[in-house]
Amino acid sequence: MTEETTVTEETQDVAHPMDDLLRMDRMPHIWCPTCGLGTVVTALALALGKSGIPLDDIAVVSGIGCTGRVAGYIKVDSFHTTHGRAIPFATGLHLANPKLKVIVVSGDGDLIAIGGNHFIHAARRNVDITVICVNNFIYAMTGGQVAPTTPLTANASTMPYGNFEPPFNIPHLADSCGAAYVARWSSLHVRRMTTAFAEAIATPGFSLVEVVTPCSTLYARRNRLGTGLDLLKFYHDNCEIQHGADTRSLNIDFQGKITLGKFIERPRPTFLDRLDNWYGQVFGDKYEPYVGDRK
Amino acid sequence: MPQDLPSPPESTKSKYWRKPLDADTVKVPHGELHIIVNRCKGCRFCVEYCPRDVLEMAEDFNVKGYHYPLVKDEVACVNCQLCEMLCPEFAIFCTQTEDEEEGGGEDEG
Ligand code: SF4
Ligand code: SF4
Repeated sequence: MTEETTVTEETQDVAHPMDDLLRMDRMPHIWCPTCGLGTVVTALALALGKSGIPLDDIAVVSGIGCTGRVAGYIKVDSFHTTHGRAIPFATGLHLANPKLKVIVVSGDGDLIAIGGNHFIHAARRNVDITVICVNNFIYAMTGGQVAPTTPLTANASTMPYGNFEPPFNIPHLADSCGAAYVARWSSLHVRRMTTAFAEAIATPGFSLVEVVTPCSTLYARRNRLGTGLDLLKFYHDNCEIQHGADTRSLNIDFQGKITLGKFIERPRPTFLDRLDNWYGQVFGDKYEPYVGDRK
Repeated sequence: MPQDLPSPPESTKSKYWRKPLDADTVKVPHGELHIIVNRCKGCRFCVEYCPRDVLEMAEDFNVKGYHYPLVKDEVACVNCQLCEMLCPEFAIFCTQTEDEEEGGGEDEG
């Protein structure tokens, strides 16, 4: 006991570099041991630091779920919305104040299942927001139910004999709807994930980074895959980096190879670009651009 | 003369198949580790992925009842900060040691 206290006190003189970016009064966070979500938060905080954007100009929006807690832990203006509604909330924030950098951090269940329609339409309209979709293959917080991202044959609490529904391929979904930036990394690839977050934030238009992350308690344990550390080892041995890969080839099979990389980077007019351009033509000089000092 | 250079201890040697051409001009950074024991939930990510095998798990428990990492081989740490980035509990971080700071080479990308 005494020994531990000494070690803690010893480190108190130098604060953890992350302490300024997190709401330390809410720590320890609720995530399980060997869950990968904490690593994703670190990468996001590092990317925000790298981007050089003043923290007052950043907003983070989450939906419901384990990943939904991110908004509560990161010390910028942040919002914890209702289930699946992170993207419409973020769209509203962005339109109300286009100078804000709006970042959505939420899980696969929230963004791709319940919020699936919002996801495809934000990508189609190319709303200038960044979406970080943490994919742990399952609805974690609610008890390990099958998600539309659960790999075929994987076990879930509502698929006790294995999943027979084909899952979504998230990068392909975003690509085919017109996203401007699409990448996928795993929570083990911290440096590349950080770079991808920074690039996604810098890209105008709808940017998506999918992060394959271990859920130790519900996905790994139910499927007898060990702990989150075992899943990191699995990513280490089975992830292949293939930049620019055809997004149709990015399906994830149960315990199969996972292709990572930056797949799409194609700036195209954003929702506000089109709005200004269109009404500028329709109304001519009478039209005032949506926000004069934007960018 | 490369032969005249002192050799690092065996435990810290990287697996080069030949000596890098700039080995005598590059100064290897050195890091000092800070472990906030009672934040740890014992995931072992840092111990497993430290490229220099600097850390090991303690036999003891912290106040939460988890084993936590200990520094096993402090000289070997090269301040790559991988442990710091991987740690999901914000419980470990590394700072460049004083004497190295003016030597630059801090940005590892
Ligand atoms: S249930 Fe899964 S996703 Fe949620 S905190 Fe635990 S390990 Fe992480
Ligand atoms: S900074 Fe790098 S070398 Fe030092 S303990 Fe951490 S992972 Fe190992």
